[in-house]
Amino acid sequence: MIRIEPRENTSRAFALGVPVLAALVALLLAAIPLLAAGANPITAYGEMIKGVFGSVFAVSEMLTRATPLIFTGLAAALAFRAKLWNIGAEGQLYLGAMAAVAVGSGWLDISGLLLVPLIVVIGAAAGAAGMVAPTYLKVRFGADEVVTTLLLNFIILIFLQMMLEGPLQDPMSLGWPQSAPILDQGVLPPLMDRMRVHSGLILALVLAGIAQFMLLRSVWGFKLRAVGENAAAARHAGINVKRSLFGVAAISGGLAGLAGVSEVAGLKGYLTADLSPGFGYTGIVVAMLAGLSPVGVVIAALFIASVFVGADSMSRAMGVSSFLADLVVSMSLLCVLVGGFLSKYRILRTAKAEATS
Amino acid sequence: MTDQTVLKLNGLSKRFGPVVANDDVSLTLGRGEVLALLGENGAGKTTLMNMLFGHYLPDAGTVEVADPGGTLHPLPLGHPQAALAAGVGMVHQHFALAENINALDNITLGSEPLLSLRRDRRAAERKIKDIMARSGLTAPQDVPVGRLSVGERQRVEILKALYRDARILVLDEPTAVLTPQEADTLFANIKTMTAEGLSVIFISHKLREVLAFSDRIAVLRHGRKVGEMATSEADEGTIARLMVGADTPKVAREAATPGAPVLTLQNVSVAGRSKRDTLQGVTLTVHAHEILGIAGISGNGQSGLANLISGLAVPTAGMIRVDETEIARPSAATMVAAGIGRIPEDRHHEGIVGAMSVAENMVIERLGDPDIQSRGLLRRDAIQANAEGLAQAYDVRGPGVGAAARLLSGGNIQKLILARVFERAPRLILANQPTRGLDMGAAAEVGRRLLEARGRGAGVVLISEDLDEILGLADRIMVIRDGALVEAGTMDRAKIGLMMAGEPA
Repeated sequence: MIRIEPRENTSRAFALGVPVLAALVALLLAAIPLLAAGANPITAYGEMIKGVFGSVFAVSEMLTRATPLIFTGLAAALAFRAKLWNIGAEGQLYLGAMAAVAVGSGWLDISGLLLVPLIVVIGAAAGAAGMVAPTYLKVRFGADEVVTTLLLNFIILIFLQMMLEGPLQDPMSLGWPQSAPILDQGVLPPLMDRMRVHSGLILALVLAGIAQFMLLRSVWGFKLRAVGENAAAARHAGINVKRSLFGVAAISGGLAGLAGVSEVAGLKGYLTADLSPGFGYTGIVVAMLAGLSPVGVVIAALFIASVFVGADSMSRAMGVSSFLADLVVSMSLLCVLVGGFLSKYRILRTAKAEATS
Repeated sequence: MTDQTVLKLNGLSKRFGPVVANDDVSLTLGRGEVLALLGENGAGKTTLMNMLFGHYLPDAGTVEVADPGGTLHPLPLGHPQAALAAGVGMVHQHFALAENINALDNITLGSEPLLSLRRDRRAAERKIKDIMARSGLTAPQDVPVGRLSVGERQRVEILKALYRDARILVLDEPTAVLTPQEADTLFANIKTMTAEGLSVIFISHKLREVLAFSDRIAVLRHGRKVGEMATSEADEGTIARLMVGADTPKVAREAATPGAPVLTLQNVSVAGRSKRDTLQGVTLTVHAHEILGIAGISGNGQSGLANLISGLAVPTAGMIRVDETEIARPSAATMVAAGIGRIPEDRHHEGIVGAMSVAENMVIERLGDPDIQSRGLLRRDAIQANAEGLAQAYDVRGPGVGAAARLLSGGNIQKLILARVFERAPRLILANQPTRGLDMGAAAEVGRRLLEARGRGAGVVLISEDLDEILGLADRIMVIRDGALVEAGTMDRAKIGLMMAGEPA
């Protein structure tokens, strides 16, 4: 018979080790389908590492991929800290991107010194609105935000398609559903010549630092953590729980909106309905891998981006499917969840009680 | 009572990690005997009974139960079904009844074959009637259990065990939810049943009822059996010493003259979600230098009163005044600011944020204080120093002020809350069940602190379901029943008990 008992205390090293171990286990497990596909896992992983760290270009690609994941990972991590389950980062990302092209693709032809901050602020505000609304429904009517934010993603995506074939459509696009490009002075400048990595990464890193600091050192973060860990005690202590929820909703939605801004104004230049290959959802995985720590989000985002970029390169070199990347990402999430369970409980094997009657 | 043994526990031990819940405990129970299992909270009484009933698997030890013929058989451990089949019935402190179906269905639920298409209601009714007649336990059979009183529900639980032909009945703190009069009736019924051959183990930490109603007493302390005696040879002092391992700390109480009113409620009503948090036109005044005890049976509006004074409930009618100031829009923050210290009923759920550190929990009510933060940033050194000072002054023991608050024991969590409340020298203290679940030492500490605050000039509202605690601490007693408060005007146990039950004194 197997019994499950809670562990008395979990050491810090254990807490930090679990995600790392989970990532390694996920890579090990992914070797099985690799073998099945007829590839040598060691060569395959070698190609993968080369594809991520083999050249400046490869690193730049990885960082480019990590940038939106840091934003959406932070969005999920902060909201989840308050037990506000924002599953709508994908939709909020598109709201931010739509706001960015609405403002930045010719409506206002002003200096980049003004236009870039404006695009960033408006994009964040649009994303924030996309999370504050479901939070209002939750606080006012008790509507479960998991459901509302998740479903809102689809509504926003359809709204996006409508906009891309209507008001936001580029007149020069020959009927393609895509927006006009962001004006040159509105583009987030690239960090290196002839590389795609752009200054959205700097913004993401700075915001991660600020988030970490605010979460641990500010009264705002204190309240947020108290509300998330025990809302009843927070309310009893005189903390305005609703205000905390609205605050973190705005910030979470704003960060997700910035992911859209960064993608559209830093990378693509114009908006299409396939701007994000699920960055909003992957952000949840990033946040969970990071143990909801903002600094951890940066590390987790780099890891996930490496897996994606590395798997792309591996699939080109070895002729195996790049879906392997999704597999590794999903499995690392599962491994982290199992690892999280194992770090809280231990499984004991006990001798079966003797049957006597 | 005969000499025939119906139950033997042999050297049962159970550890939960580093905590030894039971260490080599052996007990015997005779046919028709009432054995009181006595001990402080956390002494291991419930764990021991849960091993007997198969909820926990002991690390060591065996259990033997007699069959109806009187021969002892080893009981397979870890299987509640086996315990039921062997004739062991347990009534938990928290009832396991389905509230939306009637007593009859609750009693028969689970004892019928799963696959049988029809059931013999008549036979079931007959059997229950017969049990009720023999035991004296009565409960309405045809209304949903949710509409029964707590005492009636408890009788349904006992009937359920008897219906399954229990020959050994374990009652976990059966009187915690009863009025003194209901408790007396229960024990009278137990006497009737034991005369018929039922054996009873009842868990308690109330010395009075143990001495009055048991045949034999076994005392547990820190998981070990520290004493066992016939009740006729026991006296209160000896048992209390056995329970705590030392003389009971007595709370010194000095007379005080009440001063000016610090809290006034005038015709305040609160619309709660259930009876337990609803108030109807409550009027009360608490003065400086005064402890007002609120007695009542669990669930009669105590939560409503506590929520109101804590600022968690907004009154639908009436007026609240703290000192001379009317509180127009009560909220937890305004009540804290008005100088009300609140000791919540459920200290784990409302008192602390378990995942945050002891130090953070000590400042959670004063985040606006410039000593704690400046410009929205926490002053971590000040928070740390504050916590170290308070931990010292209030003897909060644990892995340190930086550790998560949930790692503290129940008593130390309560000390953390006391430290947070008392260091701000509140004008009024609301203490809702402040000693529930605490051992005697920690409970005495709570009493001492409340009396100290009273001496300093604070008013105290002490809500407790333990009448002895109220009688020991309060200067004045009010009784809460159905959301309404009445002045008791007496310190007489029996009279207050009758008022709690809603009968004219």
